[in-house]
Amino acid sequence: MKFDLMTDLYVFMLAAFIGFEVIRRVSPLLHTPLMSLTNALDAIAVVGAILLVGAHKSTFSTVLGTIAIVAATSNVVGGFLITDRMLKMFKSSRTKKS
Amino acid sequence: MQVSQYIIEITYLVATALFILSLKWMSSPSTARHGVWAGELGMVLAIAGTLLNHGIVDYKWIAIALVLGTIIGVPLGMVQMTAVPQRTALSHAFGALCVTLVGTAEFYLRGSDVSRFTMSVLCMEVILGSLTFTGSLMAAGKLQEVLPQRPITYKGQNIVNLGVLAIAIGLAAFVVMHPGHTHVFPFIVGIPLLFGVLMIIPIGGADMPTVISLLNSYAGLSAAAMGFVLDSKLLIVAGALDGASGFILSLNMSKAMNRSFSNVLFGAFGQEQPGGAAGQETRSVRSATAEEAAAILSAASRVVIVPGYGLAVAQAQHKVRELYDALTKRGVDVKFGIHPVAGRMPGHMNVLLAEADIPYDKLLDLDEINGEFPQTDVALVIGANDVTNPAARTDHSSPIYGMPILDVDKARTVMVIKRGMSPGFAGIDNPLYYLDQTLMLFGDAKSFVGAIVRELGSAAQDQPR
Repeated sequence: MKFDLMTDLYVFMLAAFIGFEVIRRVSPLLHTPLMSLTNALDAIAVVGAILLVGAHKSTFSTVLGTIAIVAATSNVVGGFLITDRMLKMFKSSRTKKS
Repeated sequence: MQVSQYIIEITYLVATALFILSLKWMSSPSTARHGVWAGELGMVLAIAGTLLNHGIVDYKWIAIALVLGTIIGVPLGMVQMTAVPQRTALSHAFGALCVTLVGTAEFYLRGSDVSRFTMSVLCMEVILGSLTFTGSLMAAGKLQEVLPQRPITYKGQNIVNLGVLAIAIGLAAFVVMHPGHTHVFPFIVGIPLLFGVLMIIPIGGADMPTVISLLNSYAGLSAAAMGFVLDSKLLIVAGALDGASGFILSLNMSKAMNRSFSNVLFGAFGQEQPGGAAGQETRSVRSATAEEAAAILSAASRVVIVPGYGLAVAQAQHKVRELYDALTKRGVDVKFGIHPVAGRMPGHMNVLLAEADIPYDKLLDLDEINGEFPQTDVALVIGANDVTNPAARTDHSSPIYGMPILDVDKARTVMVIKRGMSPGFAGIDNPLYYLDQTLMLFGDAKSFVGAIVRELGSAAQDQPR
């Protein structure tokens, strides 16, 4: 158990470093779609909510979990949808003329 | 471990890799859409993998919730581009809600039967989650203008706010030390809910880009904390990526305003302007008509347009596009200078201009465009104010002194489209308007730009080239 925690901490640290390096390279042009994309990815928390509801341990946990799935799924669907809509609009003057 | 368990773990591993790739591809507009696809694929894989889990005995509520979430999500993905900031704030709230609810359920299911470390991350999860939930709802309300946009401040506000947060953290520490006292837990969820509201009350419209980024970071960190509680590496990685992204964006935003985080959160901006305003009424400004503006623009060879939040409010982006077309057709070189905090969230202006079909290679960042202003014939400021205020460079007493600005005053002619002479969100007078080379174009951004385009059109018919 203790070693699992350490592994998780290592994973968190490495992911944070990767995050910093990758996101620093994102052009300021795309900061709005970046935020909506990370928002959609963050909604992966839906996985935790699905396990909670599926286990059906108590009515209380199922109710909370169901609301949580609704909230996260709306982020997944809405987040990817709007990010793609925004990115579709970005065109360079070169591609436009061709 | 059973075979199906391996399959689930592999889907998580692949999903994690796809999430990182997804952000990597966001680095350039030419690959960015691949990023969305990678993210979608990763998400579908992870959810499908989770549904295989043996621990799931009942699919009914999962299915209902997934369908309901999709029904809510689609309209949220179809909002107008000008409404993207409030939509983003709302989705931060939803993400935080999910994390808080799962955390709360986990607390009551596991009771006191968890390690101290798990209990402390669980408390962090719900504290961050619930303050992000109400904070983001407040931010969305202010952006949608359901709530007053003006910062509301009172004496001792910071002490009250920090005190409230300190109580929640204190209670969390107590539960970590004495896991049996579950009756304290509702307060650990409830008090940060209150703190989230209090935190956003003193924040004004101009600070929204920083605050949205900060809330984004909190939402990510709370999801990462949830990953620790559930021992899910996928969730830890996704949360860490989101947290890092929000953190970098908030750093960018506060740098672009020359302010520290604590200053944004604890020092409401410009609610009072002692002195300064007096004596400036006597200064005169020069104004011009659309016809004059069109004549100056068509005689120019280099034009830089500086858009601000006023352009979004007036929905003028399509008219600006017509102006861009009309000038480009006459051989005028037109570029856009975009300040990082223009608009209500990072990159907001770029999205609006891209929506109006303006090629993204004409949209230049602060650092890229500032060197060009001395060679610029006309700088046309549309609905931007504080980000063009030369007092930030020269006037030590100005509240925005030191903030990097777009040096429009270095252009040969400056034209400013503005409703009237009222100061900007920060309530600071702008000396730019009184310069000799500045022409004020009073009117609504959309109709004024439209009028200039019409003038350019009729002039073109008079003297065909």
